[in-house]
Amino acid sequence: MEEKTVVCRCEDITVEEIEELIDLGYDEIEEIKRITRCSMGPCQGRTCRNLLIQVVASKTGKKIDELHIPTYRPPAKNIKMTALAGGDEDEK
Amino acid sequence: MIKTDVAIIGGGPAGLSAAIAAADMGAHVTLVDRNQELGGQLLKQTHMFFGSREEYASTRGFDIANILKEELKKRNVDVLLNTTVVGYYKDDGVWGMEHGEDKFVKLKAKKTVVATGAMERHLLFPNNDLPGIYGAGAVQTLMNQYGVVPGKRVLMVGAGNIGLIVSYQLLQAGVEVAAIIDAAPTIGGYLVHASKVRRQGVPIMTSYTVKKAYGNGVLEGATIVKVDNRFQPIPGTEMDMDIDTMCIAVGLNPLVELLWQAGCEMRYIPQLGGHVPVKDENYETTVEGIYVAGDAAEIEEATSAMVEGRIAGLNAAYTMGFDNGHYCDEREKAIKRLQDLRSGPVGVKISNGLLKLAEEAV
Repeated sequence: MEEKTVVCRCEDITVEEIEELIDLGYDEIEEIKRITRCSMGPCQGRTCRNLLIQVVASKTGKKIDELHIPTYRPPAKNIKMTALAGGDEDEK
Repeated sequence: MIKTDVAIIGGGPAGLSAAIAAADMGAHVTLVDRNQELGGQLLKQTHMFFGSREEYASTRGFDIANILKEELKKRNVDVLLNTTVVGYYKDDGVWGMEHGEDKFVKLKAKKTVVATGAMERHLLFPNNDLPGIYGAGAVQTLMNQYGVVPGKRVLMVGAGNIGLIVSYQLLQAGVEVAAIIDAAPTIGGYLVHASKVRRQGVPIMTSYTVKKAYGNGVLEGATIVKVDNRFQPIPGTEMDMDIDTMCIAVGLNPLVELLWQAGCEMRYIPQLGGHVPVKDENYETTVEGIYVAGDAAEIEEATSAMVEGRIAGLNAAYTMGFDNGHYCDEREKAIKRLQDLRSGPVGVKISNGLLKLAEEAV
């Protein structure tokens, strides 16, 4: 059985995949996020974002506080389009 | 759109204390929590607390939640349950919330206390996604809140207080704990908790980490390995353990995405659990009117979270002009309490982290 070390459970992204991207020169969290969708699944990075930061730091040899952290945008969790499109009471 | 003086996001120990303190000052408070019940992580804490009488020492966690909820009922606080704050819209100063599964509600508050708590950390090792691998906090919720045991034989990864306490509670539930391992050379949690599990015959193995997990579709075992003082695995020290459950108790990360969204200045401080907001003595962040308390401010424990909540709640109300005449006394008392809580040897890490945060914020 193939042994995977999973970083992002929502999008099924492994350590190996991230390290390969860094070898190719994609060494910014932002780039890796956009290419792999790591931290963009239903949990919005609540579990994997810190693991991703950890992998990038150890592979690139950079300190964690030197890394650029991608922008956080609403919504912080998955929300149904019905809810958003419905709007608040005063918008009906 | 709901309008309020003070919004509190999160109804755990910090949020409940903030709500009570702000309401006492005379402010109208709206407390929002994503769960069906207030109390946060206190609800699953069946053990008795240390600390002092003022913060309910010798009382079990869920009983503290009940005391705080009773106090809340006596005050002018609107509670929104089953409601998750999902976004902050800076231009309008509006919080967007999901109520239930299909309703969107907006909340505008003059001041906000963010008391969103923390998230369990996970570990990287081969097959770390096998069913049977849990966060220790998740197992505590399963057992103590829902009455479900996670398996028959557990490996606990992490000898901090959560790892030790959950191990003991697993034993109480009739689950075998094969071992508690920790990559650090010493036990991180209190000795009194460590002694309790050791007396039950559970080995605590320091300087050990998980090399890999294995199993056919579900967790059937794990290989652990000894590490040197640079946390590098020492070849030849591997050991296989037959287990059907692994609990990861390697710490927490502050849950701060709403603070990032709001544009609060953040710093990476390992001693405080990761990225945390810069804050002043009143627990106000760098965004005026947004306060923080509890594990969202720094990973500590429920006793200090309650005191921080009190400080944030008091100040959120006072800066709007609310004062029942006791603001100065209450604030001074709370700040003193925090100092006392952090004065002993267990407070060294937090104190160092807070010092670093203060230095870096300048």
